[in-house]
Amino acid sequence: MTYMLGRKALDEIEAVLQQDLSDVGVDCIFLIDMAGNVIANLDNGEVKHDIYSLAALAAGNFAAVSTMARIIGEDEFSLLFHKGEKESIHFSKVLSDFLLITIFGKGISLGFLRLKVAEATEKIKKILEPFCTP
Amino acid sequence: MAFINLKNKEVQAKIVYYGPGRGGKTTNLEYIYNKFNKRIKTEMVTIKTHGDRTLFFDFLPFDVGKIKGYAVKIQLYTVPGQVKYDATRRLVLRGADGIVFVADSMAVRREKNILSLRNLQKNLATFRKSIFRVPIVLQYNKRDLAEQGIPLLSLEMLEKDLNSKLKAPYFEASALLGSNVVATLKRIVWMTMSSLLKELK
Repeated sequence: MTYMLGRKALDEIEAVLQQDLSDVGVDCIFLIDMAGNVIANLDNGEVKHDIYSLAALAAGNFAAVSTMARIIGEDEFSLLFHKGEKESIHFSKVLSDFLLITIFGKGISLGFLRLKVAEATEKIKKILEPFCTP
Repeated sequence: MAFINLKNKEVQAKIVYYGPGRGGKTTNLEYIYNKFNKRIKTEMVTIKTHGDRTLFFDFLPFDVGKIKGYAVKIQLYTVPGQVKYDATRRLVLRGADGIVFVADSMAVRREKNILSLRNLQKNLATFRKSIFRVPIVLQYNKRDLAEQGIPLLSLEMLEKDLNSKLKAPYFEASALLGSNVVATLKRIVWMTMSSLLKELK
């Protein structure tokens, strides 16, 4: 399956990532598809991560964890989060084909982040839905 | 699952190197990484076992250049070849836009090549893809071993075993020495891009 996103949809997605996540202090945000392609990414200008490698690993990691969930009889795990000493990483599925990944420091609590991610995810869903296969 | 970014005029596509264990998939990517390291701005990502075998995948992002005004970014992946890693192999295959099947030319690996190709067909089917429709190139690797007196499968035998129904383009190669590694890559990139264009029409 090949899909394309135009300027309008990408601008809307970036605006959501900026307002709902970057502006509240998330260091780095990227939206990818399950094949590991990078759709949009934003950072605070201070961090410089290798986004393409992170996207490939995140897609692989998410797929592996989903398979583990199915093996033990779960549809999926609701919280996917890795905690680091300075930076942590959180994964949120958007529709069936996309993944929103946020990297954040100690200034943000996990609860607050999850709330903001949930809000952003709902908005991104509405933007991406017309581009998804039924 | 290729992604076309109309805003940045960029195409991202995924090419997966598939084949039996110890066949040379990782060596292909290592050769590409070393040859084009000025063009590849990041490190090659590898997830290996302690025994240096691929556990999950290798990953290499590769900027091909511009095609029809669009910057083409190809994400190269290898799957783990060992039979026991079928679950992770299937995950890596998800969203593949093109496939290079790296067959091992050594006579003792004949059965393993055939089983791996069947496994590819089966795993593609789980994503509702047909091996006969996906862009695929066969690479008969390790041809250089003939010089060391190691018994190799003849080209005719490899073609009969693996390509009699597929009729895919093939290359005799040595991933270790780099012969036909780039030719294989160019061919699969060209086929993948042609397929994307056809899909968009």
